[in-house]
Amino acid sequence: MNLTSFLQDKQLTIALTGEIDHHSAREIMAIITAKIDVYMPMVCILDFSDVKFMDSSGIAVVIHTIRAMRELEGKVVLQNIPPQPLKVLKAAGIGKIAQLNERSET
Amino acid sequence: MKAENEVLIKFPSRSANEAFARAVTATFAAQLDPTLDELGDIKTAVSEAVTNCIVHAYPDRIGVVTLRLRILEGGILDIVVKDTGRGIADIEQARQPMFTTGGEERSGMGLTIMESFMNELKLRSTPGKGTTVHMKKRIVRRGEKP
Repeated sequence: MNLTSFLQDKQLTIALTGEIDHHSAREIMAIITAKIDVYMPMVCILDFSDVKFMDSSGIAVVIHTIRAMRELEGKVVLQNIPPQPLKVLKAAGIGKIAQLNERSET
Repeated sequence: MKAENEVLIKFPSRSANEAFARAVTATFAAQLDPTLDELGDIKTAVSEAVTNCIVHAYPDRIGVVTLRLRILEGGILDIVVKDTGRGIADIEQARQPMFTTGGEERSGMGLTIMESFMNELKLRSTPGKGTTVHMKKRIVRRGEKP
C-alpha cells in the first residue's frame, strides 16, 4: 500500500484510500506512524475523500494517530469525511478528541 | 418467522474475507432496495461481527465462520454470524464501549457500533464452544422512506 501525503507549513496531510477494515488497518497505522516520525508535523490531517468504507478498525487508526501526534504536542484533523465513515466516527465519539470536517456536498 | 429468501455461507477466518462478507451481504440486501445509508449500516455491522470472529474467536488459528442471511416478512434483513472458537468469558464486559482484549489495533467499539446500527442484536457465547451474533435490520420500503 502507498498513501499519498504532502507537507506544508508543518501540516502533514495524508490521503487515506479504499476500504479501512481490520485487514488493512495495521498497514495503514504503520504508514501513518512512519510519516509522522519523518516529518514531525504540528498538525496531521487525515483526508477521507477516497475512503469507500470504514469500520471500527478505522477508529483504532484515528486513535493511533492522535496518540502519535500527542507525543509531538500536535493535533489531528479529519477532513472530507463521506457519510458512512462519519457515522462510524460519530458513534465512537471521535468528535470529542479530534476535529471532524464532513465532505462538503458542493 | 418464515424466510422469504436465505443464503448460508461458510468461509475460513482470514482477514481478506472481511471485504467478501460485506460485499455478499450488500448484494443479498439489495433485494430489499435499501438506501445507501441503510446499506452502510449493514456492511459496517457485518464487518464488525466477522472481524470479531477473526480476531477474538480464532486468535491463533484459522477457523470456520458461518454467515447466514435471511429476508423475513416485513422487509427485515436477518443476519447470523457464527463461529466455533474461543467464546466470550464475560459478555457484559465485552459489550462495554472501548473495552477490548485486542490490544492497540482494536478500538473496542465493534459491539457498540453493531448495536447502534442495527435494530436488534442478540449475542450468545459459550467459552470454549463459540459465539453467535444474531442481528436484524428493518429496511424501510421505498414508499415509506422519509
